[in-house]
Amino acid sequence: MENAAIIGIGMTKIEANKVRETFADMVWEAVNKALNDAQMTINDIDNIITTSNDFWDGRTISCMAVGDASGARNKNVSCVEGDGTFGAFYGLTRVLSGSYGTTLVTAHSKGSESISSLITNAAFDPIYDRSLGMDMITACAMQATAYMYRTGTTSKQIAQVSVKNHGNAKNNPMSQLPMDITVEDVLNSEMISDPLHKLDCSPVSDGCCAIIIANKDRALKYNDKPVWIKGVSFCSDSYFLGDRDLSKAASLTKATNAAYKMAGINNPKDEIQVAELYDAFTYQELMWLEAMGLCDDGKGSELLENKYFDIGGKLPVNPSGGLLSGHPVIAAGLIRIAEIVKQLRGEAGKYQVHGAKLGVAQGVNGLAGQSHCVWVLGKEK
Amino acid sequence: MTDIFKDIEPMVYKSQINVPYSWWAGKTASKFFTELKENKKIMGTKCDKCSKVYVPPRKICPFCFKENQAWVELSDEGILLSYTIVRKQLASLPKKVPVIYGLIKLDGADTGLLHFIDEVLPKDIKIGMRLKACFLEERAGKIQDIGYFKPIN
Repeated sequence: MENAAIIGIGMTKIEANKVRETFADMVWEAVNKALNDAQMTINDIDNIITTSNDFWDGRTISCMAVGDASGARNKNVSCVEGDGTFGAFYGLTRVLSGSYGTTLVTAHSKGSESISSLITNAAFDPIYDRSLGMDMITACAMQATAYMYRTGTTSKQIAQVSVKNHGNAKNNPMSQLPMDITVEDVLNSEMISDPLHKLDCSPVSDGCCAIIIANKDRALKYNDKPVWIKGVSFCSDSYFLGDRDLSKAASLTKATNAAYKMAGINNPKDEIQVAELYDAFTYQELMWLEAMGLCDDGKGSELLENKYFDIGGKLPVNPSGGLLSGHPVIAAGLIRIAEIVKQLRGEAGKYQVHGAKLGVAQGVNGLAGQSHCVWVLGKEK
Repeated sequence: MTDIFKDIEPMVYKSQINVPYSWWAGKTASKFFTELKENKKIMGTKCDKCSKVYVPPRKICPFCFKENQAWVELSDEGILLSYTIVRKQLASLPKKVPVIYGLIKLDGADTGLLHFIDEVLPKDIKIGMRLKACFLEERAGKIQDIGYFKPIN
């Protein structure tokens, strides 16, 4: 693909309840951090994409509410409803169109201010199945049942994802839930919806992330640490849960293969050194890893037990602590991208994966992983 | 810098968006609901190209991007594709826990239908088990005209 790079990142701390901060306060903090990181001013930003969700924000045209804090006045600003990786995709295409040299992408949400169960219930079809009362947790629990049945993965095995990620978060000052826990702690935590215990689920969180994307001419103009976008793709499965094989993420496999091809990756297991995936629930980390060809189908749990996905393992996954340690929806996928940027720059501090040159970030939109967006990022052009 | 909000309760505004909607169910769903209500029949649609049978019925096959013009009457029995037993009283639930949701593939259908499962102990639920729809006596032309699915002994 035509060269483009991520040249600035900024994020707020992820917290359970930022009661003293509005959406705009969070965006202001993340945008200024990203501008400082890139050594740019708002005048160097050619266009802006804000990513938000009207239901979570409790207002229509929610993207406009953070325009001022994003420096969007008098600029071309557009918006994406959904995960931040999709907002970033739109921002990238605007740069690649040749019309803009730089795009600022923001994504925010405050889960603490509403009721996620009611919001995700509204994602179901209002004619056929919304009134049954399912939400994101129950839909994903049904997917977990199907995945675990097909692959033979056990509750004890998926619990280890929680142990690993909460443990990784202890090294990440931005994460919400750093914890020393055991598999027994996960299995003894409250059963929410079989087979998912409380500690199999990501928490409700507040947070914001911003990144700056530049074309190849502008990528080296402001600082000397661009992270190059090697391959990007997204793909959606059908809408109704019953139309899909819930135990597999076919759309993720398709998106990933397209992104690998664009990046010239033939053997992802050997070529990629770090992954930040959308672990909204423990089983998802394993399911996504397998769908992305980062391990063999159904073998994720075995590798996890052998510390393959630990920091220091063959392929560290969610060294930041992942979404299990803090999950501001909408911002969540953009944070995955920003975390890979940190890793490739060597700026991840105590959770740095040594020698990381190529990494992958993933975002999800829709119920039980309907749609996936995959980013392959590299230290070298 | 002095924190002027120290020891002060943050100001929080409580509000609600309350907008009523009236959705036209569409011709396809209207026929499905009418058949449930009047005849206790579960109808699906069949893709003109790949012959896949959809329930709940859809006008368009997402796989072929073709119209599903033929109607097919399905059995009120099928197998369980997946399930979850909800233990926590989540805000979206319309009744008290435990609530069991299942994805049921009716005989003659190619897709799964979401619905409640009842008259079964949680420990006895298994993927692949056979289930039967239990219709309500009083039906209103809604998905809840089927009260739930129960195991076939």
